[in-house]
Amino acid sequence: MTLAFDMILCLMIVGTAAAALLMRNALAAIVFFIVLGNLLGLAWLAMDAVNVAMAEIAIGAGVTGVLLILTRQRLNALGDDLVSAELPGWLRAGALLACAGFTAMVGSAVMSVPPADDLGGSIAALMPGLGIENPVTGVLLAFRAYDTLLEAFVLLGALIAVWSLAPRVAWPHAPAALALAEYEGHDVAAAFGRLLLPLALILAVYLVWAGSDLPGGAFQAGTVLAGGLIIAAIGGVISWPRADDFYLRVALVLGPAVFLIIGAAGIALGRFLFYPPGFEKAFIVAIEYGLALSIGATLALQLAGPPVAPGRKG
Amino acid sequence: MTLTDYLVPALLYVGVFFYAAGSLGLLRFQDAESRLHALTKADNVGLGFVALAAALHWGSVAAAVKIAAVWLFALMAAGATAQLMARRAKTSAERGSDE
Amino acid sequence: MTMLLHIYPLTGVALVGLGLYGFLILRHPLRQILAVNVVGAGIFLVLGGLGRGAASTDPFPQALVITGIVVAVALTAFGAALILRVAEDERAPDDKAAAKTTDDHT
Repeated sequence: MTLAFDMILCLMIVGTAAAALLMRNALAAIVFFIVLGNLLGLAWLAMDAVNVAMAEIAIGAGVTGVLLILTRQRLNALGDDLVSAELPGWLRAGALLACAGFTAMVGSAVMSVPPADDLGGSIAALMPGLGIENPVTGVLLAFRAYDTLLEAFVLLGALIAVWSLAPRVAWPHAPAALALAEYEGHDVAAAFGRLLLPLALILAVYLVWAGSDLPGGAFQAGTVLAGGLIIAAIGGVISWPRADDFYLRVALVLGPAVFLIIGAAGIALGRFLFYPPGFEKAFIVAIEYGLALSIGATLALQLAGPPVAPGRKG
Repeated sequence: MTLTDYLVPALLYVGVFFYAAGSLGLLRFQDAESRLHALTKADNVGLGFVALAAALHWGSVAAAVKIAAVWLFALMAAGATAQLMARRAKTSAERGSDE
Repeated sequence: MTMLLHIYPLTGVALVGLGLYGFLILRHPLRQILAVNVVGAGIFLVLGGLGRGAASTDPFPQALVITGIVVAVALTAFGAALILRVAEDERAPDDKAAAKTTDDHT
């Protein structure tokens, strides 16, 4: 029975991906991409990977989808329709053949690897030492904490890269406001934003705490926070701070900085990112709360875009 | 088989029926407002039935409260989004654009 | 018969191939970013799908995939901002004169 579900789901995933890539209407393609993200979330659920399902739907479908739609809107305002010249038929046929061959090659390579839960047993054996029950959180924050630390800095670095694209006259002002005009439904968006932002904050706090033992964690919580901030910005409830705002910079840097400081302090106890025995959960949760705040602020600002000069709509 | 074992699949079928009805309305109605009407109302009623089935399946009060919160969030989002889309459809029609 | 276990990794491979084809065929940069995201999603499916055991799923590739999803969105955000900046400079070159003046005191 579940095999039929898997097969139908995978057919839908491939079909939606093809639609997202090949549709002529750019908005339709982006919407199909969002649907693809949701279907992928279902696929992760079917594979029993609930943490990944939450991350894929929130970040892969949600944040990426909103980002693409915002970018399309801004490009349309500049006169760019997102259509481009079509390649000649022989070139497309050649590309199709090459990709089909590549897919067959990689497919046969994948078939030669039997799916197996290689590390689940060893990780499960190490988890009681941490005091948390979600093995993915354990891997992210304890066993492979170095990767997560670098990832936090990559996220911050991407925001700095986005900011660096502002023209000199625009620095260090605030990014372009997202608020809707009155005729577009400003009052509805404002009411929704005012309702959602505190709920998003509560949900983010809960997701980090629950992520220790149940599916959840800092990344999912940070994305929920970013979603609340974006909707509040669209409703005009909050306005983007200037890029040199002190509290903004504290919020952005807090997660990676706390992570790095705790990691460096671990050197005194033995090695980098070593948590004192008996206190692992406390340190993991503290790092996760800092990360959730920074991820929320960073994702929201990445969606907002680079600073624009005051008085211009950007 | 207890009552729950019968009730959960039955509620799921009812929920899926409402989703299908909403999608049918999306395909068959002519203008934007009617389509929004079908999507918002039918889909959220369907979600309510699916949520009820999930709450019965898990059986604990805590899970039921969280699932009810999920349903309320979805209702809020659908209501706000439908309002915004309807307003956009109306102003687009007034301005004569074809978006 | 063994293909049934591989259904999600094979779907991932199909997504990689589709995304690669889209990247080659589509010429607009934003659609190429979309294609790269599809390729990424396919790679994640391969990673996670190959960790699916009989009773449980390996949490290690799950953590790698979550990290990958976050890095992919960071890459997409930067790519989109870059595309916007290039489009702005191409279509409104007279703003470059304004960019030379600054009203900040730093």
